[in-house]
Parts: sequence; C-alpha cells; structure tokens
Amino acid sequence: MSNLLEVNKVSKNFGDFKALNNVSIAVPKGSIFGLLGPNGAGKTTLIRIVNQITMPDVGTVHLDGVSLNEQHIKDIGYLPEERGLYKSMKVGEQALYLAQLKGLSKAEARMRLKYWFDRLEIGDWWNKKIQELSKGMAQKIQFVVTVLHQPKLLIFDEPFSGFDPINANLIKDEILRLREDGATVIFSTHRMESVEELCDDIALINKSNKILGGKLIDIKRQYKINTYEVGIRVNDKEYLRQELTEKFSVSEANFKTLEDELKLNIKLKDGHKPNDLLNYLTTKGDVSHFVELIPSVNDIFIKTVKNN
Amino acid sequence: MNHLSLIIKREYLTKVKNKSFIIMTVLSPIIFIALIAVVAYLSQLNNDKVHVISVLDESNLVKDIFESSEKTTYNLFENNMTLEEAKALSKESNAYGLLHVDKISDVKMASNHITFYSEESPSLTVISDLERQLGNKLTNINLKKNKVDIAMINASKVRVNIAQESFEGEKTSKTDSFAKLAFGIAAGYLLFMFIIIYGNMIMRSVIEEKTSRIIEVIISSVKPIQLMLGKIIGTSLAGITQFAIWIVLSTVLMVVVSAFIGIDISKVQTPQQELMQQAMETPELNMKVQEAIIAFYNLPLANLVVAFVFFFIGGYLLYSSLYAAIGAAVDNETDTQQFMMPIIMPLMLAVYIGIFTVIEDPHGTVSTVFSFIPLTSPVVMLMRIPFGVPLWQQLLSLLILVGSFIFTVWFAAKIYRVGILMYGKKASYKELIKWIKY
Repeated sequence: MSNLLEVNKVSKNFGDFKALNNVSIAVPKGSIFGLLGPNGAGKTTLIRIVNQITMPDVGTVHLDGVSLNEQHIKDIGYLPEERGLYKSMKVGEQALYLAQLKGLSKAEARMRLKYWFDRLEIGDWWNKKIQELSKGMAQKIQFVVTVLHQPKLLIFDEPFSGFDPINANLIKDEILRLREDGATVIFSTHRMESVEELCDDIALINKSNKILGGKLIDIKRQYKINTYEVGIRVNDKEYLRQELTEKFSVSEANFKTLEDELKLNIKLKDGHKPNDLLNYLTTKGDVSHFVELIPSVNDIFIKTVKNN
Repeated sequence: MNHLSLIIKREYLTKVKNKSFIIMTVLSPIIFIALIAVVAYLSQLNNDKVHVISVLDESNLVKDIFESSEKTTYNLFENNMTLEEAKALSKESNAYGLLHVDKISDVKMASNHITFYSEESPSLTVISDLERQLGNKLTNINLKKNKVDIAMINASKVRVNIAQESFEGEKTSKTDSFAKLAFGIAAGYLLFMFIIIYGNMIMRSVIEEKTSRIIEVIISSVKPIQLMLGKIIGTSLAGITQFAIWIVLSTVLMVVVSAFIGIDISKVQTPQQELMQQAMETPELNMKVQEAIIAFYNLPLANLVVAFVFFFIGGYLLYSSLYAAIGAAVDNETDTQQFMMPIIMPLMLAVYIGIFTVIEDPHGTVSTVFSFIPLTSPVVMLMRIPFGVPLWQQLLSLLILVGSFIFTVWFAAKIYRVGILMYGKKASYKELIKWIKY
C-alpha cells in the first residue's frame, strides 16, 4: 500500500522556538491517521505546513508522490481547530465563496452544496446569516465546506468540538463514509476514545519531536503488558489472593460481575504463557472472566509523553 | 489570479451590501446638503433683517454719508441731544446700536472721537462697513482741506497687474496661482480623507477575519498576499463607489434644494468672503470670476489628471497596505492605537507641508524633498504639480512611490502572514520585527 502523504524530516523554527524537529510521518492511502500530542507539541504547525500555510525550514512534503505545490490546494480539505465563518454573510453565499476558492466552479459548487445541505437536512439555512445560527449549526456548515470539493486528503483538527453527541455521531459516520469513498483522513484530537475507534495509524508528537508512530495495532502490541483481567469464584478469596500474589504480580481489578468473585489483574512473568495461568486458575475455582488487557491509546499517550 | 478576483468581488459586495455602508452613503450627502441649506437659510434670515442704527453726529462732518439701504436704516439724531439721551433713545427704540461721532477738531485724529454703542457686540460686517464709509468720507474731507482735487486723484490712479510668464512662455497670473493652490489643496485633502476612511475600513475587515476565526480556512486556499491585495482593492473599489455616489447625490440634491426651497446655496458666504467682496468693486468682481475660469483652463489639466490618478492610487495603496498589516498584528480595534500614530503622523505632516510650504515656495528645498519621500510624496507632489513640476521629478517621485509600495506590500504581507494566525499575543514593535524574520 502506498502513502498519500509523506512528510520527510521536517523542521520549523519560529525565532528561537523550535516548533518541529526532524519530524517524519507517512499517511497510507485510504487510512484514518491520528495525529496526537499534548497542547503546543507542534501538531498545528505540522498541519499548517501540509496546508502550505507555513513553509518548513528544512525537509520535504510529498502528496501522492509529488512535492507539495499550489496545485495541491484543491486536493486538501482542512477543518482547523480555530475555525469560524464570516458572521454577517449568508450561509449559501459563504459556502459558494469558499468552494470557489478551492477551485470549484459556481454551478458545480451550488449543485454539491444542495446535495450536502439536503443530506444533513440543513437546506433551509441557505439564506440565513451565520450569526443567526447556533455554534453546532455553524460547525455543520463548516464541515460541508471542508469536504465539498472532494479532496483526496482531509485534515480534521478537533472535528467533534462543538457538536452534541447526535451530531458528533453524524459527522463521524460522514467521515467514515468519505474514507470508504477513497479519501484519506488525518485526524488531530485529544479525544482518545475517537482515536481508538477510528484510527488505523497514529503519530505522537511531543515537544516538537515525533516520539511514536505506526499502525495502531502494532503500537498496541508493542505496549502490551502481559496482564490479564481475571474473575474467579472461590470460597476463600483471601487465601487465593495470597497464593497468587506469591506467584505473579497482582493488582486489584474492577469490572462488573454477577457473583461475588475475586477480581484481579495478573501480570505474567517472562516465559509464562496465558494458558499456564488459565490452567492453574481452573484448578482453584470457576473462572468467569479471563481477558487480556490491551493498553488503551490513552494509556500509551500518557505513558510515552511522561517518559519523554 | 482567479482567486484574487473572487476575493475582490466578495470584499466589494460585502462592503457595498453592508447596511451601515448604505446608510452612510445615502445619508452623508443629505446631511451635508441639509447642513448647508440650514446655514444658507439662517444667514439669509440674518441678511433680511434690517439693522436700525442711530447716529449722533456732533461733528457735523459725516451726516450726509449715511444713506439707508435695504440692509441698514440710519436714524439721524439732532445735535442738541446729549449722548446719554441718545443712548436711552436708541435702547428704547430697539436700535441695533448707536454711532456716536464726537466733535472733531483734527480730522486725522478722528478715530479717537468715534464710538459705537450697542446692546451686544456688533457684527464684524456692520462695523467694517461703517469704518469704510467713515474712512472714505474723512479722507475726502482731509484732501479737500489740503486743497487736493479728488477728481484728479481718482483720475491719476494707476492699477498695476503684473503679467507673469515662465521662460518657456507659459503665462500665469495671481488668479492662476490661486486656482493652482485650490486644486492642490483639494487633491491633497481628498487623498488624506480617502486614506483615513478606507484605510480604517481595510484594517477593520482584517481584524474581523481574525476575530471570526475564518482566516485559517481562507489561508489554506489562498496566499496571504492575495487575500491582502484582494481586500485592499475590493475596499478601494467600494470607496470609489461611495465617493462617486456622494458626488452625484450631492450635486443633484444641491440643485433640487436650491430650486425648490429657493435658497441660493452659492450665496452662502463667510464674513471674510463678504469683507473681501466689499473691498472689491463690483465690475472687478465680474472680471475676477472670468479670470478664475480662465485660470482653471490655464492649469496643466492633462498633467494634473494623470498625476492625480497615479499619485492617488500609489499613495492610497501604500498606506492601505500598512493599515492591513496593523489589522493583522492586533486582535481587536482598541489595540490599534499604538500603531496608528506612525501612519497618521507622516500624513498630517504631508498636509501641513503642502499647505504651509508649498504655497510659500512650491519649488523650494523643503517642498521638493518631501515630494520625493514616499509617505508624504503623494500629498505634497499633488499640491506641487499645478505649479509645474518637471516631468523627470514627477516620474522619479512616482518611481520611488511604486518601489516603496512594493516594499511595503512585501513587508506588510510578512506581518500579515504571521499576524493573522496569532491570537492573544499582544504585538509590540519588537515582536513585529521578529515576525518578519519568520
């Protein structure tokens, strides 16, 4: 699988401040790519470089194998975190204007807008001014404007902020549908549950450096902790807890069960296999729960950033 | 290029469709004309009022000069009245005032013996009118006393009017100079107004894009410099539209108002003008008007028009790119003050130099130098050109202007590019210099 976007060893300084230091990312075609990092890490700078808003000091950016140039503006749709619309302009006029700036003809833009407005059931907003709309409504318009010119690459910076759960879900479904239609999505957010749910690949940027990157599943494998969440029904819970503590490293677990079970997180020692643990446990009581603990993106994020 | 025209179109349309813009466009000439009409009406009321002036002439010298006119009625008191009685009587009869001429032993010292008494301070025109009449009369008395023939004096008076001509054979006159001055000041002032009104408009529209947070969306589609130029051009076109409407509307209204209400607006005069007119004899006035018209046609019109267009555009663009940069550097309008000073200062300087120095000596060192310095050159050069500026100087000045415009746009675009994406940071000059290096 080829990459749609390749950022190669990009650095950017603002005066004495290093915003990006030798950062490389590769976004596979058709993937949803999570760009993560704490506030002020340099994500926005990287996104602005891809959008040609700022130029990198060193390094190259290739879109679809071609060095980034003016022609690529129409291939990218960008929903910035700091976003807004002209308050006193009418919705329709404004959407037409922004679409034309992205290279659509007026007629084409009008047709597509009609399609999207019908789809999101906002057709009757056409002649309203933005200042008459709620924040969530304005965000919908903003989303439509971002995707209207059918770009190859969509960049969403905190796309769900300002949406209620229903509309957030609606937008999420639209993003997934756009991906199915062939778009590649870069997704910058602090909502780890949506990263977990949507992203195939991630890159984690901290203090201007990329500190982690690759397929989400690979990263999770890399970060797995050989720990199993266990629930077991026994008569003497304290005795078993004692016994297990001697053999493994054990901590309290918390999950819902039907009976009064002993609930523990058990970390395997090197050389042990999960089956060894399971076999051992079955000799002690009825095992009702046995699940491998997969590190969440949230855990990985906190852990790597802290260690960095 | 296509982007630029889109931006220009949007900027123009949003400005022109803006409610307050429309209101201002329509209302300004109406208010302006209404104001003039009111002033005209009031001064006409004033003029229609007949002043009754009592005169107590104890000298018996000047009695015969007071002829009542439509504006003033003179009420001559008998000499046997005392001053106090005359005052009381004038007050009682509600007269405008009382002119008291005491006994005059030496006509030369007459000034010491003439007093005007009134309830309130009398109007300047009334007093100067009296002074002129009294002066004429007393001079004549003096002449007679010295046995000088007045008719002879009048006959031997010679009026000198020096004909002016340049070495190249171009004829000018005093009235010509006046026309030149009027043109220069009008052009310079127009540019000044235009820069201030529409420069501010550009600045506000940049700030609006920042505060509404749309800027990043736009900037991902177009280059900042395109956006900036689009804004400047779009707003300028809106400005020209507004100005044109103002001129047309004012003219139409002026004609309508003067026709229907019957107030001749052209007759609105300041006291100074009236004084000047009184000083001139009527036939001379007619000549003056003719001369003025001729003077207008004597102006190097082609040069003026071409120079006006170029210097106006150049000067306006130069300043408006600075305004755009300021808009980009700040978060809201209240923060603009510290940056406004350096813009307003050269502009004011230019107008003052234009008014004080160019009039005095249009081709002196100060005028010449400032007509080359880019921030002052548009105004100063426009004021100088009616007096005849060599073509090479005009071209050089224009070249410098264009050069500095390109530099300013580059500079402003740098600040703009960085500034539009900076929120919350209060820009200082130090900060701005850093931005240029980004």
